[in-house]
Amino acid sequence: MQSFQEIILKLKQYWAERGCVIQEPYDIEVGAGTMCPETFLRVLGPRPYRVAYVQPSRRPADGRYGDNPNRLYKHSQLQVILKPAPPDVIEQYLGSLEAIGIDLRQHDLKLEEDNWEAPTLGAWGMGWQVMLDGLEISQFTYFQQCGGIDLDVVPAELTYGLERLTAFLQVKDSVYDIEWAPGFSYGDVRYQDELQYSVYNFEMADVPTLWKLFDLHEGEATRLVKMYDPKSPGKQRFPLLPTYDQVLKCSNIFNTLDARGAISVTERVGVIQRVRKMAVAVAHAWADQQADRQPDAPAEAGQ
Amino acid sequence: MKPAIVETPGLDSPGIEDISILEAGPALEDTIEPVTAEPPTVTQMERHIAVDVIDTSGLANRFLLEIGTEEIPDWMIPTALENLRLLFEKLALPHDSVRLDATPRRLVLRADGLPLRLPDRQERVQGPAKSAPAQAVAGFARKQGVLPDDLILEVTAKGEYYTYLKKVPGRSSKDILAEALPGLILNIYFPKTMYWTGKGGPRFIRPIRWIVALLGEEIIPFTLAGVRSGALTAGHRRLGGREIAITCSDYEQRLRDHYVILSAEDRRQKIVSRMAGTRIKRDDALLETLVYLTEWPQPIVGNFDPQFLELPEEVLITVMRHHQKYFSVQDASGKLAPQFVAIMNTESDPEGFIRRGNERVLRARFTDARFFWDSDQKKKLADRKQDLAHVTFQAKLGSYLEKTGRMMTLARELGGDNHAMRAAELSKCDLTTDLVKEFTELQGVVGGLYARHQGEPAAVWQSVYDHYKPESMEDTIPRHRTGQLVALADKLDTLRGCFGVGMNPSGSRDPFGLRRAAQGVVKILVEGRIELPLLDLLEGNQELIAFFEGRARFYFRDHRGFKYDEVAAAMAAGRSNLVDLEARLVRIQNLRPTPDFEPLAASFKRIRNILEQAGFAGGGAIDASLLEAGPEKDLYDEFQRTAGQPIESVISKLRPRVDLFFDKVLVNTPDAAVRQNRLTLLNTLLKEFSNIADFSEIVTNS
Repeated sequence: MQSFQEIILKLKQYWAERGCVIQEPYDIEVGAGTMCPETFLRVLGPRPYRVAYVQPSRRPADGRYGDNPNRLYKHSQLQVILKPAPPDVIEQYLGSLEAIGIDLRQHDLKLEEDNWEAPTLGAWGMGWQVMLDGLEISQFTYFQQCGGIDLDVVPAELTYGLERLTAFLQVKDSVYDIEWAPGFSYGDVRYQDELQYSVYNFEMADVPTLWKLFDLHEGEATRLVKMYDPKSPGKQRFPLLPTYDQVLKCSNIFNTLDARGAISVTERVGVIQRVRKMAVAVAHAWADQQADRQPDAPAEAGQ
Repeated sequence: MKPAIVETPGLDSPGIEDISILEAGPALEDTIEPVTAEPPTVTQMERHIAVDVIDTSGLANRFLLEIGTEEIPDWMIPTALENLRLLFEKLALPHDSVRLDATPRRLVLRADGLPLRLPDRQERVQGPAKSAPAQAVAGFARKQGVLPDDLILEVTAKGEYYTYLKKVPGRSSKDILAEALPGLILNIYFPKTMYWTGKGGPRFIRPIRWIVALLGEEIIPFTLAGVRSGALTAGHRRLGGREIAITCSDYEQRLRDHYVILSAEDRRQKIVSRMAGTRIKRDDALLETLVYLTEWPQPIVGNFDPQFLELPEEVLITVMRHHQKYFSVQDASGKLAPQFVAIMNTESDPEGFIRRGNERVLRARFTDARFFWDSDQKKKLADRKQDLAHVTFQAKLGSYLEKTGRMMTLARELGGDNHAMRAAELSKCDLTTDLVKEFTELQGVVGGLYARHQGEPAAVWQSVYDHYKPESMEDTIPRHRTGQLVALADKLDTLRGCFGVGMNPSGSRDPFGLRRAAQGVVKILVEGRIELPLLDLLEGNQELIAFFEGRARFYFRDHRGFKYDEVAAAMAAGRSNLVDLEARLVRIQNLRPTPDFEPLAASFKRIRNILEQAGFAGGGAIDASLLEAGPEKDLYDEFQRTAGQPIESVISKLRPRVDLFFDKVLVNTPDAAVRQNRLTLLNTLLKEFSNIADFSEIVTNS
């Protein structure tokens, strides 16, 4: 039986062999691997890129105090970006499943329409949910727009739900029973996270404080992005990456407020707009900044 | 079979494609008159085109187009195929049969009997008028690359003109297709498209990965989105080969060898026949989805723990159907059995991996549902009402709590009892439950089930359960009057609210489903036999009244099959009480085939015209002393005898009198008093029967 970590290592190995930079998780709370700068900003502009990383993805509203065998506040996504998407991208993806020991001739695989959209990021794409024996194990998306910008080059984004995939391979009914590493179950490693964050997000998070934090981060992001001047000769050193961190902070606080039940449906639309506005502004600035950048990047990846 | 028309061999002239007007192919015919259309008088007609008709059926002229893609959303495929057929027909290439097929990964068009080459054509290029100076004529000839002597004079409606009859050699089908297919493929309609080769690149529903384009044994060469057309197809993703050489004749069989059943009908039959041994709950929409989600379908039966049967069937079926695309299974008594049928896209499951995998997924889903069901019970439905203050119905129309209040008032106004009021009060409370948040399609149903579980009387919980019904024209209306009134209150409130703040549906935009809501109101009123004055319930909003009239017309015409003019006639005589409207429509429908009906309807139309032309203002009584003996008096007497009786029993007696009246009597007589009296007679007659319908709306042949 492969452990959780072995599956992760094999997938990373597989994608490393296909020219991906293996990144470590981003160190700010995000709701999905897509939000990391490695995806959100890197897909902009014409430069090819290939990257894979495991990103803990926090969704406060999905927390279940560690009671529900299938739902997690924080789950792990393996995020793969292939920019541009190679013509055999689906074959490559299926190869990664074989690499973790899934004999596809013995299983049922379907690609069912699932178009992805992230309103807070001004991003959308078209693709599928990948169903293996009735279980959704991955999301497969051809990005079309990010930060409200039509992408020059269309990347494929592959997102693996690692806990689900592992539970499937280990034949476990509860995510907490999967083996993370020999001698350690998922529950051993993560149960406390699930319990304590559920208590915080649903019961103890202080709503006025969260709103204050939201406003502070929004203020900082807005202040910075307004200072970006496309005509300035010094724009290459402008700190857009730290600006984007402020946007990510806002997004996570919004999710927490939402889980806390502090945002009405009407307000929701407004707050999503606020986050989106920041994300779009950063994306536009980034696209401008990188377009004029000297090719100092690492050797162009991809094919 | 349409014989194809082919030119006599020997007229081939390569290089003619360089002429710009030809580049767009046959579609240019609307700017250049084809020679077949009404040939004008020709003064000199030496250049007839020799045309032979030959049978071109046979292997050499089969056409095969396979657009190989990544998985296309199942629901878009049938429309895309129909569209592909139309685009092909628009090429106007002669052919016999056309056949369209698709799997998730390929759209296929096959046609037989294409000509190798189209016949030569003459195109008529009109030049200057006969009266034009010689230089102009010479200039025109030069432009056409001929001598002035090569022009002919044609007589047209506008006079005589110099004309050049240009002979255009027929192009080969292969060239036409090679040129047209890339554009044709990209023109197939999909609701949403993507690009994949880079910004500005071609758009399609999903990336195109291979193209087969064959005419007979030859490849029709073109490149689209970086893909070169060829003769290699691809089999099933996991069971078949990736590059399979095929010909027009072995194509379908080769696919089958590689685990692809090309025909949707064959896949459907395979699924149905392999499920024949299991008592599945029939579900044609789900079957259709699965037919277009698989290339090699194979049903597999799985089981679930019978303890989940404690959950309501509605919840279990929704999980199976909407979330897992499984057929549910019934036992001999029609109750849900702890089984399901999944449709695999593969040949078999020898190790049982697939069955067990699906069973585990379903168990997890059911466990979730039970978790939500249990946690929802911690707060009763009635106690959730205040929470609705935080659920927005629509920004301008307030929260669901406010909507609930309006629905309760409306339910009362419509004649609802205390049960209806209670049901209206509880109807939206399930929006705050976890189960509905997870399975939104179960709103209403979950509320009803919770209400039952929490001891509400049947009239109440069933009304909550049913209040979104009917959700389509095929759906049934709520099962009893209480539920019908609650459903009416819900829909009318939404319609009044949205129209009140100007959110009317426009064109295809109808985000609040107002058409469906109004259609539901009409259906409930008619089929629930609820005699409420609909138009009085619309707060005098003229747009909403017109909207409802449109919906009522649609319902009676398209759903109930009444004829257009019957609906117009009946609605002109009253359209607020839809039960009454329906009864009158049935009467008109029954009367229509009787021999006296259409002539009488024609007479009524005539009467209306006469009254309109005379500017008749109505009023006044008939003065019997002014009536002329004969047809006029006879008509009056007949009318007196039959007045008040239903039209069905008087029509045969009345009609000959009316006919005779118009035959013999002049309405517009010079004597003003007599004329006025005659108009009054006609008006009275018209009035007598116009409470059923305005018969002058009936379209008659006479």
